[in-house]
Amino acid sequence: MTAVLEKRTARPIGRKAGVRPRAVVVGLIAVLGTFVVSVFSLGTGDFDIAPADVVTTLFGEGNPAHEFIIGELRLPRLITAIAVGAALAAGGAVFQSLVRNPLGSPDMLGVTNGASTAALTVIILGGTSTQLSIAAVLGGLGATLLIQLIAGRALHGFRFILVGIGMAAILTGISGYLLTRGVQMENARALLWLTGSLDGRDWGQAKPMLVVLAIVVPVLLLACGPGLKILEMGDDSASALGVPVPLLRNGALLSAALLVSFAAASAGPVNFVALIAPHLAKRLTRAPGPNLLPSIAVGTLLLTGADFAAQHLLQERTLPVGVVTGLVGGGYLVWLLTTERRAGRI
Amino acid sequence: MTGQTPRLSGNGMTLAYDKRVIAEELSVEIPDGSFTVIIGPNACGKSTLLRALSRLLKPSTGAVLLDGRDVHSQPTRTVAKTIGLLPQSSTAPDGITVAELVARGRYPHQSILRRWSAEDERVVTESMEATGVADLADRHVDELSGGQRQRVWLAMALAQQTPLLLLDEPTTYLDIAHQIEVLDLCAELHERQGRTLVAVLHDLNHAARYASHLIAMKSGRVARCGQPGDVLTAELVEEVFGLPCRVIDDPETGTPLVVPAARRLATSPQQV
Repeated sequence: MTAVLEKRTARPIGRKAGVRPRAVVVGLIAVLGTFVVSVFSLGTGDFDIAPADVVTTLFGEGNPAHEFIIGELRLPRLITAIAVGAALAAGGAVFQSLVRNPLGSPDMLGVTNGASTAALTVIILGGTSTQLSIAAVLGGLGATLLIQLIAGRALHGFRFILVGIGMAAILTGISGYLLTRGVQMENARALLWLTGSLDGRDWGQAKPMLVVLAIVVPVLLLACGPGLKILEMGDDSASALGVPVPLLRNGALLSAALLVSFAAASAGPVNFVALIAPHLAKRLTRAPGPNLLPSIAVGTLLLTGADFAAQHLLQERTLPVGVVTGLVGGGYLVWLLTTERRAGRI
Repeated sequence: MTGQTPRLSGNGMTLAYDKRVIAEELSVEIPDGSFTVIIGPNACGKSTLLRALSRLLKPSTGAVLLDGRDVHSQPTRTVAKTIGLLPQSSTAPDGITVAELVARGRYPHQSILRRWSAEDERVVTESMEATGVADLADRHVDELSGGQRQRVWLAMALAQQTPLLLLDEPTTYLDIAHQIEVLDLCAELHERQGRTLVAVLHDLNHAARYASHLIAMKSGRVARCGQPGDVLTAELVEEVFGLPCRVIDDPETGTPLVVPAARRLATSPQQV
């Protein structure tokens, strides 16, 4: 038997059971990091602006030239990046928590594929970017509902994952078919969209995303957050503790699908953020539960950082942000699998 | 609480998973303040009965009545303040500490506006002390032994502060010493806190020793119920389990003790 821990802290349980200090620190560091990246991102480009000037401009005290460059040209893209990062991370955290599997992210389970296939259809048919966005949102939600329907009422993590993977495969097939049907110009647009990019995003893309975030995230945090924590202990335990399990599941799933679909509509299917951000947040905070707020903070840092790198990594040309998140996310996943394997955990 | 109608009962229930019917016309009463133990052979429907009583399974006909009303017509949270459950298997989330897990038992008493109170604090502390896990408060649940872990889950169920507590095979996966430890703890909670306990147990001798009320089930119906001394007879064990046995007095407690008959009592003991 292990020795009984002698130390008995006087710290009240309420504090222990509530938010862990470590989670707060992780969240704050990520927010601070996002801010620093943002300042550099706003200040770098064809016309460089010093960080101090960026900050004064952000507080409305800059000169008109700076205000135009930052406010009209660079800020919408940055805000879109932050919003997309937050939405993907929150959506991913909810999915991983619901299916009780750290790999159960919406881009593995067909939700993002639903958005992609619908968007591709619009591109091949030569639709406008507004139609594309609407199609992406509907496609993502549609795929989620279909998976939910097929997986059945007694939604168990494993079954949902299997149906989701099947759905993702079918939709990838359909997307491939659509690409073979398109002519060259449409295909170029389609491929760029499929990689996930923030190029040329203006307030038109940023605003709907912000509205959705402002509505869905508080709902997730306040109405679903505590219940999701309990649900991690199993359906029976959660039910016995008074969690309305089916209602919570469906509500959280719909909210997460909404976030992910809108993110795809704004930036395309940016890979791996929904998978990595919650995972990274959990690893850093070491806290149980879906870790919604830390995940969101890490997600914004990931996406703004990736977009900054995408814009400035190569001298001669910019990359789509999806390329960077794919490389970083895929790399992280491989690293994780090898270390976990070495540690004997998988 | 009235003496006549118990708070929890099942009336004329048909229990089924999809189309597979486990029990028909099943009626049970859980006497208030009792330590009721349900026994029966595998697949007799005892765990299913417990699931129905704890509202996890909705009877396709009949109803589970809690305080005279159908348990399924009452709000989830209200029921969760009255009936607690220790399921057969629960998952401790990664990285959760003992205090955090026990604190989750307070969920039905909290809301968006009222997240943590002095009352919650007191109840969680008392629950951990009652189950002897207070010293483990800051330890991670996944690094505890099986016996310790079961006590932590029990502490969580206690923190829920329900007058009724249902336990689905609380001693599975534990060695004999930890089995007795958990059952002693249950008996203590029953006696000291006056809670009504309902447990599904496999071990007949444990059932006989700890139960104040015994329900013996066979193929989805109640074979017999009542005081352990009246229920647990050699005939009943033979009828319900198909096991020839003798029932003697437990030298420790005087409760029935089931001694299975030796396989070849009549033939020579040398023959193996």
